[in-house]
Amino acid sequence: MIELNPLVIFFAAIFTNNMIFSYFLGMCSFIGVSNEIPTSLGLGQAVTFVLTFTTMLNYIIYHNILVPLNLEYLRFIVFIISIAAFVQLIEMVVERYFPNLYYALGIFLPLITVNCAILGVSLFMVIREYTFLQSVGFAVGSGIGWTLAIVAMAGARQRIRRTKLPKGLEGPGITLIITGLMALAFIGFSGIVQIQ
Amino acid sequence: METILITTVTVTAFTGILAFLLTLADRTIANYGEMKIVINDDKEYIVDGGNTLLAALIDEKIFIPSACGGKGTCGYCKVKILEGGGPVLPTELPWLTEEELKDKVRLSCQCKIKEDMRIEIPEELFNVREYQVTVESIEDMTPVIKKLRLRFKEGEEISFKPGQYIQLKAPIYEGNDEEVYRAYSIASPPSEKSYIDLIIGYVPGGIATTYVHKHLKVGDTVDINGPYGDFCYQDKYDNEMILVAVGTGMAPILSILYHMKDQDIKRKARFYFGARTPEDLFLLDELKEFEKALYDFEFIPTLSRALDEHNWTGARGRVNVLLDEHIKNPDDKEAYLCGSPAMIDTVVEVLKEKGILEEHIYYDKF
Repeated sequence: MIELNPLVIFFAAIFTNNMIFSYFLGMCSFIGVSNEIPTSLGLGQAVTFVLTFTTMLNYIIYHNILVPLNLEYLRFIVFIISIAAFVQLIEMVVERYFPNLYYALGIFLPLITVNCAILGVSLFMVIREYTFLQSVGFAVGSGIGWTLAIVAMAGARQRIRRTKLPKGLEGPGITLIITGLMALAFIGFSGIVQIQ
Repeated sequence: METILITTVTVTAFTGILAFLLTLADRTIANYGEMKIVINDDKEYIVDGGNTLLAALIDEKIFIPSACGGKGTCGYCKVKILEGGGPVLPTELPWLTEEELKDKVRLSCQCKIKEDMRIEIPEELFNVREYQVTVESIEDMTPVIKKLRLRFKEGEEISFKPGQYIQLKAPIYEGNDEEVYRAYSIASPPSEKSYIDLIIGYVPGGIATTYVHKHLKVGDTVDINGPYGDFCYQDKYDNEMILVAVGTGMAPILSILYHMKDQDIKRKARFYFGARTPEDLFLLDELKEFEKALYDFEFIPTLSRALDEHNWTGARGRVNVLLDEHIKNPDDKEAYLCGSPAMIDTVVEVLKEKGILEEHIYYDKF
């Protein structure tokens, strides 16, 4: 593993290794909640927030519990459980003590528990053997990249709302086609940085 | 063997700790204690905080109309929250108009109770209950209109004002994969509390009407809730009543007529009923009975598509034209209209032109 600056990983995660456009992770909420720009922005912020903290949490769990016990292969189940518990705990805390934050993104939190982009980032962190700082850079970047993708999609969907579409393409159909076109466009960024 | 033990213990301990933390959080952070809800500045309820307002009100047996069951997808469960609702949530915005936002209207299924609240709901909702009723009879009124008699369980009864409606639940059946509630006016006398009659027309493709017309059989049970609605008989005046209906809009008018008969109300009343052909007229015997029994009542049907072969001797044309001819002096008249929005809009216009005060025109659009 070449030592990459966390900042490089951060930018790569937004543009060249975008969660949606390169890995097609987190598609369900991407398609489901990309009708309006404000809503998708809220969801994007919530994803970024949860991604950052669950990745940090999972990094600590993985390197301090699973690795010493030689239980790396349990990471799937452990990561899933820790993400689910963390999201639920955060929801309770935010709802009680940060009403403004709750109104902005709290209602999206339950949606995120099952967002595969979040589990994906934790798993990539392990596969690519990132350090703690690299993991944080990767998590924040991935979150922002995901937000960028869903907001762009919401913008596109708002514009085509009054367009006549073939019946079979309405809703998810056209969304997937637009996603594909955007993904092609994002290939144009691939020369900037490359992480793997 | 050792690995199995280590993995099991690790995962169990890990999950156990998280479960413990979550339970602790649920008891402390998510525990809002008991909250007070004041409804219409009159009734006070102590409820558990943290729940949604809709769920808390249902626990107190106050039924706010809701078709989606609290998912925030129907927009029916609106209440006025005067104090203690917090800011409007993004999930509510699609259902609220600017005027409603100004009036502090909220979706009760989305608002959680986190502090004491002061709310306002229509007074008659205190009367609303859920019932499971049995279909006692289904009669064909016309080829596309059926009359249903729904019998309440032993010991249960309903009290409603003549003109009000109930919501009937159409369950999941072949060709329909969602439960929906649809509103139907009660056609039976308010004095009969152990059953209600509904008059339901067939709408091609309609979920509830297809259920009633094609699937429902005598002896089946159906879920209803109600009564709702502020379209009902007004006893403030004893001036002449103009009753206007088309099609199944006859239902609430019938209830009003039964009420007048039961209470022996001595008011002059004229019932203008619009239909297309003689085949679309129904319950003519009952209406004849009313003409005999009531103080001063006349049923005046008008047909818009009567052909020569029908030998129709009554009025012809649409109801608004008929009213235009019939109403001579406007003073002291009250009008009750039930039917399609198009019919009601044109009739209200005619009545206002004739000089009937807008506050004396009551209507139920469906």
